[in-house]
Amino acid sequence: MAKIIVVTSGKGGVGKTTTTAALGAALARNGQNVAVIDFDVGLRNLDLVMGVERRVVFDLINVIQGDAKLSQALIRDKRCETLSILPASQTRDKDALTPEGVARVMEELKEKFDWILCDSPAGIERGAQLAMYHADHAVIVTNPEVSSVRDSDRIIGMLDSRTAHSEKGEQVEKHLLITRYDPARAARGEMLNIDDVLEILSVPLIGVIPESEDILKASNVGSPVTLSAPESACAHAYLEAARRLEGEKLEVTIPVEKRGLFDFLFKKRGA
Amino acid sequence: MSFFDSFFSRRQPPTSNVARDRLQILLSHERGSGGEGDTDLIRKLHKEILEVLSRHVAVDQDKVQVKLDRGQQYSTLEIDIEVPEELEKKKKKKHAS
Repeated sequence: MAKIIVVTSGKGGVGKTTTTAALGAALARNGQNVAVIDFDVGLRNLDLVMGVERRVVFDLINVIQGDAKLSQALIRDKRCETLSILPASQTRDKDALTPEGVARVMEELKEKFDWILCDSPAGIERGAQLAMYHADHAVIVTNPEVSSVRDSDRIIGMLDSRTAHSEKGEQVEKHLLITRYDPARAARGEMLNIDDVLEILSVPLIGVIPESEDILKASNVGSPVTLSAPESACAHAYLEAARRLEGEKLEVTIPVEKRGLFDFLFKKRGA
Repeated sequence: MSFFDSFFSRRQPPTSNVARDRLQILLSHERGSGGEGDTDLIRKLHKEILEVLSRHVAVDQDKVQVKLDRGQQYSTLEIDIEVPEELEKKKKKKHAS
């Protein structure tokens, strides 16, 4: 049975697209059939982060409006053949996304894939609501920072009230993914720590992605970080998060600061 | 900040604690105002009550308060309307004349 996952956050720029690409590739690496879908109509970026921007012919809106078949719009990843990308439209208005159209595309995708990852646009408007509506699981991407945590709280409220599952009195399974975590700053009390964020949002943790240079390097070359730098700390965290999505019971490793004696003596202390 | 300052200055409370406390206060307030549907309902009620009132009396927008408290056992809908006294009298006089 195919599982639909929405990657959402409310706030923009916290790492939704990076996460969609990294988790999608991580699941596909394990041999599962995975589709990643960009719901950010008008501001598509998943194609660029995945490195398929020059192979886009048809997009989600074309499929919804019947101008193209789903199979024509899906782009198969060259590095990982069980991974496919359905890009968003760059030129069309977001109103071209209709609830009926999205429902039809989801049904069709469910027949072909094991996992369907929906990259939600920022905000709480129509696009974000359509991206989350069919979800079985939600990965809530949050930075340890006040505005991001507040927006995540809002999104959690919507996941509990405006999805197909919630309308049936069921629950979307929610997972918190903390990104851009800087263990050194958290240790110095300059950044919200993991426990604080968990206590405030009370959603189970699926992973902590440390702030890393590898993320930018990966998007520079158009590759999910789990494929281009699988040995990096952030890729490790994504690979483990993917295993937890698959149902494996695996304790979350919280990144810690690596400090020598010299750092200990001479680094600034206190906030 | 010099080397000695960092050793001897009094530690300020970590800013992360300030962030946590501010968030806890803010979110308990925002969640208290109910879920998504409730916020919509309150907005609609507020708007329509104002419309009806403004046909008869001049009322300030922030003098009409609509609150919805969802509890385990029961929920309360509280509507608080403050009518300006003077306007009320004027209106009555007009009717009398």
